[in-house]
Amino acid sequence: MNEPAAESGPTLPDSAPALPKAATGIEGFDAVTFGGLPAGRPSLVCGAAGCGKTLFATTFLVNGATRYGEPGVFMSFEERAEDLVANVASLGYDLGGLIAQGKIAVDHVRVERSEIEETGDYDLEGLFIRLGFAVDAIGAKRIVLDTIETLFSGFSDEAVLRAELRRLFGWIKERGLTAIITGERGAGQLTRQGLEEYVSDCVVLLDNRVEDQITTRRLRVVKYRGSAHGTNEYPFLIDAEGISVLPVTSAELDYPVSDGVLATGIAGLDAMLGAGGFYRGSGILISGEAGTGKTMVCASLVDAACARGERCLAFVFEESGAQIVRNARSVGLDLGRHVESGLLRYEAARPSLYGLEMHLARMQRDIDRFRPDLVVVDPLSALRGPDAELQATVLRMADLLKSRGITAVFTSLREDGSLGRDGDIGVSSLMDAWIKLLNVEANGERSRTLYLIKARGMSHSNQVREFAMSREGLQLVDAYIGPAGVLTGTARAVQEAEEAAAALRRAQENRRRQREAERRRRSLERQIDELRADLDALAGEEAILLDEDERREAALESERDARAVRRGG
Amino acid sequence: MSETESEIPQSEIPQSDLPEDGRYRLRLYVAGQTAKSLAAMTNLKRFCEEHLAGRYEIEVVDLMQNPQLAAGDQILAIPTLVRRLPAPLKRIIGDLSNTEKVLVGLDIRPDLDARAASPAEAGSPTVKQP
Repeated sequence: MNEPAAESGPTLPDSAPALPKAATGIEGFDAVTFGGLPAGRPSLVCGAAGCGKTLFATTFLVNGATRYGEPGVFMSFEERAEDLVANVASLGYDLGGLIAQGKIAVDHVRVERSEIEETGDYDLEGLFIRLGFAVDAIGAKRIVLDTIETLFSGFSDEAVLRAELRRLFGWIKERGLTAIITGERGAGQLTRQGLEEYVSDCVVLLDNRVEDQITTRRLRVVKYRGSAHGTNEYPFLIDAEGISVLPVTSAELDYPVSDGVLATGIAGLDAMLGAGGFYRGSGILISGEAGTGKTMVCASLVDAACARGERCLAFVFEESGAQIVRNARSVGLDLGRHVESGLLRYEAARPSLYGLEMHLARMQRDIDRFRPDLVVVDPLSALRGPDAELQATVLRMADLLKSRGITAVFTSLREDGSLGRDGDIGVSSLMDAWIKLLNVEANGERSRTLYLIKARGMSHSNQVREFAMSREGLQLVDAYIGPAGVLTGTARAVQEAEEAAAALRRAQENRRRQREAERRRRSLERQIDELRADLDALAGEEAILLDEDERREAALESERDARAVRRGG
Repeated sequence: MSETESEIPQSEIPQSDLPEDGRYRLRLYVAGQTAKSLAAMTNLKRFCEEHLAGRYEIEVVDLMQNPQLAAGDQILAIPTLVRRLPAPLKRIIGDLSNTEKVLVGLDIRPDLDARAASPAEAGSPTVKQP
């Protein structure tokens, strides 16, 4: 609550003169007005009954007393002091304690027409004396007059009243008191009695509108003399934490950018992303119809983040946290341990429980308190409201998270990532990464597929993946992409089996042919061996014959020699 | 705004010895010696002598000197005349120049009061100046 909310809101032009301001401590309001109400001057806070004027004024006083060391006087023309104390106790303000400590004084001014008889000239010096006395008693720097117009019902001499009011506002300036004058909204003018005529330094208009049975409070700075100010209507919120004004959105996109990468916990998905995960601080949209596994992808991201010791905050609109924890167990993710260790918190609420502003404000508060590294909004498309407001809400939600460097995961039930019924509220363009989950129906079965539509700032796979959830966790399987098209599920399995069978057949055929060739080669080799054996046998025979011939020749020779000897040669 | 009882701190106001004896206890709030204040004081004295001779008490409170007393009697306008007794509490604002309205405001019926005024009770009025 104490941090300056100046990060979101219009920026102060450099040339603006430095007007002394008194911070109200109302989150967002000080940002819109660049510091608060004009110090030492009266400001007018007007609006219809029940729009929070008194609470606004009380917050201004209480914060002044507790945070800025400026005691304050509450002069109530409507509520008695004890009623006021009881009423603001609901905002967590201990007005009674502050009164006892002398930091705040409450003076109830009762104006009862029936008790007052006017018998001649008078002025309102008594009011000045009371105010002056209360201011001096506690050294007040701030005062609230709520609602001074009540005087008009008690006194009939309007000329005197108007002169006295003018004198009163002059007196406030003279004393250097920062004052809030509240005024009831009148027909055709800001206040019933035209107080804006007297209090012209700063006029704040509060409004409480009901659209589609949901109330939204809005605040506008109508004028602020001598100071720049945000001119829009800003939604504001009153709850147990006090008042917060939510400046719609900053005009600049000057977020700190992180190069850090956040692994998703799904190996296949990390592999699809060039950087091995999503950039930290980016906005991730997961879109897909019911039952495509959005929540489980989120659960996986959350589990991975918590396992790294990061803090995660999940805003869920359709299931309770316990239910998600149970369901995640079926895909092998134990989120319960993270909830127990305090790293993970589920904030579950029905979308129709509050208006969009309330949702946003609640988120902002929870985020600032829990300081998560990862925020999940599941599903974003559950938020309902007028289209223009929805768009603004989502924009601010994304802004809120980006400006804090928090990685945000949004899910959307709509395939095209849009929010409204007519689909022209695109959130996808706000997101840095977009995972699209699609159920593919074919051959009587559905299979989950996952596309990565975009991932800013990194290369990423353009291929479809089949996405399987089982006890072992989430797995991405490459889908079959071949001549028969993209096949998933059983068809992919059948196709793969067929291909496997064909491959087997081819392998067997190859082996058979190899064996045949081998056999033929062997048979030829055998023939060659036989022939060689024949050749050897033949050669042996040839040698024997030759030998016999030689011996026969020798015998004949010797016989011839012998015969020649016998003839007596 | 449903209060019917006055919020006067009792400690600061001297209690009447005879609460319902028909005496008028009046308190006039002024802020300094302004023309309006002086006119109111003069008018009040004259009026009391005329209509409530001998059975009234006037207390003049100058808020410039005792500002803390303003809140107790819910004083806004100056001058304010508060009829503390007889009950109920009445407030009359202005310089009391309109006698008829003062009569109405103090709830004084001239015929009744004339009869009630007995010589025995006639005396000098007590005027306190804080």
